[in-house]
Amino acid sequence: MNLDFSDDQKALQDQVRRFLAARCTSAAVRAVAEGPQLFDRALYAGLAEMGVLGVAIPEAYGGLGLTHLELCLVAEELGRAIAPTPVASSIYLAAEFLLQAGTEAQKQAWLPKLAAGTAVGAFAFAEGQGETTPARIKTVARGGKLTGEKAAVLDGDVADVAIVAARTGEGDGPEAISLFLVDLAAEGVTREAVTTIDPTRSYARIAFKNAPAEPLGGAGEGWHIASQVLDRAAILMAFEQVGGADRALEMARDYALDRMAFGRPIGSFQAIKHMLADMYVSATLARSNCYYAAWALSAGAAELPVAAATARVSATQAFLHCAKNNIQVHGGMGFTWAFDCHLFYRRANALALALGSQSVWEDHLIARMRAGNAAEAA
Amino acid sequence: MDFNDTPQEAAFRAEARAWIAANAPKHLEAELKRASFGSNGIASEDPLKAAKAWQKKKADAGWACLHWPKEYGGGARSAIERVIWGQEEGVYGALSGPFVIGHGMCGPTVMSWASEEHKRRLLPPLASGEEIWCQLFSEPAGGSDLAGLRTRAVKAEDGSGDWIINGQKIWTSGAQHSDWGLLITRTDPNVPKHKGLTMFFLSMKTPGVEVRPIKQANGKSEFNEVYFTDVRIPDSQRLGAVGQGWEVSLTTLMNERLSIGSGMSTGFPELFRLCMEMEIDGRAAVDDRAVRSKLAQFAVRQSGLKYTGMRAITALSKGETPGPENSIGKLVAGATMQELAMFALDLQGQSGVVWDETSPQNGRFQAMLMRSPATRIEGGSDEILRNIIAERVLGLPADVRVDKNVPFKDIPTSGRTKS
Repeated sequence: MNLDFSDDQKALQDQVRRFLAARCTSAAVRAVAEGPQLFDRALYAGLAEMGVLGVAIPEAYGGLGLTHLELCLVAEELGRAIAPTPVASSIYLAAEFLLQAGTEAQKQAWLPKLAAGTAVGAFAFAEGQGETTPARIKTVARGGKLTGEKAAVLDGDVADVAIVAARTGEGDGPEAISLFLVDLAAEGVTREAVTTIDPTRSYARIAFKNAPAEPLGGAGEGWHIASQVLDRAAILMAFEQVGGADRALEMARDYALDRMAFGRPIGSFQAIKHMLADMYVSATLARSNCYYAAWALSAGAAELPVAAATARVSATQAFLHCAKNNIQVHGGMGFTWAFDCHLFYRRANALALALGSQSVWEDHLIARMRAGNAAEAA
Repeated sequence: MDFNDTPQEAAFRAEARAWIAANAPKHLEAELKRASFGSNGIASEDPLKAAKAWQKKKADAGWACLHWPKEYGGGARSAIERVIWGQEEGVYGALSGPFVIGHGMCGPTVMSWASEEHKRRLLPPLASGEEIWCQLFSEPAGGSDLAGLRTRAVKAEDGSGDWIINGQKIWTSGAQHSDWGLLITRTDPNVPKHKGLTMFFLSMKTPGVEVRPIKQANGKSEFNEVYFTDVRIPDSQRLGAVGQGWEVSLTTLMNERLSIGSGMSTGFPELFRLCMEMEIDGRAAVDDRAVRSKLAQFAVRQSGLKYTGMRAITALSKGETPGPENSIGKLVAGATMQELAMFALDLQGQSGVVWDETSPQNGRFQAMLMRSPATRIEGGSDEILRNIIAERVLGLPADVRVDKNVPFKDIPTSGRTKS
């Protein structure tokens, strides 16, 4: 048994960390948060050049052909750096959809561009408020044309192509839903930027009006495929969350060592030490759950659905916990725009919602454990 | 990353499984499945006798204390093999209860600090369960502040070199059936507290040693008070130098946290079963969304602990030493067990107050509720563990210690304020 990454994988991680330390500085993140650009194009091109966007994409489609274990570690570093890039949308989601359900022609058409960073993909799923269920998907596909509106699609305004979940059948069941590949430059697509709690990333509402769309995967299989890909993406995003949690903890620790009050570093007060210890505990539990999920993802294990939900719930909890207490440790300074604490707080809360909210994933976890128990008992 | 056995591991697993299948006390299996806090579940025979019999059988066949050297009664196996053994031993592992402190803490301390002659005398019967050990550390005046202990060891005036011990220990698990004890004493009150301590081992049958069970808050008596009245110990039973007791105790305490923290149960599988079986408004409790949310929060802590343990084993197998980060095990498990027990009783509604054979799972959750406060204190309280994480893992400053560099005799205590 070995629940650790290999030396080669850690070397790659280290290389990405050094690259991001140089290129994805606080100033670079703030430039996106405060400026007109929607993401850091130079940084994204740099990541593509290093090969990390396509690290888990087969060589035949322009990737490096390594495994998802390497991609997990890349994700951890992107999370640490709260990178203002569309990696999650384009790689964890769009590329995974293509790999899982795309035809050879669809893979050939898009994967090399996604790996090279010359095209960006996104997943348009949620509509309106509340948990996304088959019944809540009202966007309709008829005769190769899509009509409907998607709410707050992550990277929806910078994407060239979107995977869209739409209704092809009647009723509230999952078999009514199919997936479509949509060129977002096509006629009938309008996009409107949305203001969100995390201005380091861009979101857009997308309206389709008889927009041309080609099927991705079989008719009526959309919900099933989406669940599988969301699980895979949840594991990768959980690594981002663990990276972010660790960085928020480090920021709080460094500040506690540096900041003097009552004639002592504040990090010598038990109230602060114990808060930091608890942050360490949640970050460590999340990391361990993520390692297990990384194994399940790379091995294609039957445990993947439970492992994914476990990693997701645990990592969401850890990043939220570390990000909010990072502000608390910083005191008033933590609530200034000038300090980076709020950038992590924003990202932690945005990621907690990005693939479905915490309560939804808690539900997934227990439902899957029940199903596993029932299978074991049978 | 790989969860599969290597060919060597698979061979070891097969060997262990076959031996356990042929030798385990199968007539106790059903009772052991009911094992809970402070009890191995056995009622049909003397539980201590059953534990000793299984331990001796394992030792005779080379399966006891797998990671210890053979000359000390161990199996000279790797860290991974020890884990595989634990997985295969399954419910029969609950029979190891009386030996946990000896094997996990006293044994490693003896191995690090005793003479070769003593190691060969003491360790094999400890491994085989023929002799049980306890740890005589905590005192009424020295719990979290262990170095504040007051049990005195004074050189005998007869020139024999022997030590005379007077004082009191408390919270000593298993003292009532122990053969040997690991004893930390104060030999010099005129130097700062950490510097005046000395470690010994002694037979619990030494004249002047008196064990009194403590009636605990949960009504049971796992812990004891141990009184020492003019107890004479030869100098040859000293571990480490005079005044080196604190350093010796750290060997024990680090092993304590490792052995207490790894693989601690939180009660999650039992709670999950309760939620599947219990009905609320004619539906299984687990059909309630609020219940599922709560269950999920416990589930991720349980699995986080499990995989943190596996990461520590991975480090061990690579020849690295697991560090103080293992302090999270008991910290998380203790708090989780308590919250989980409260949640389980809440699910039972007003009947949750009942603690008898009609309670779900024979009152397991009521027993957990009443035992869990101790888990958060024993072997390093939650607060001490948080200090360890903050100081040794995160590198934060040590607490301001007003008793630092003060001779022990001048430190104010509850019964002795500074004048």
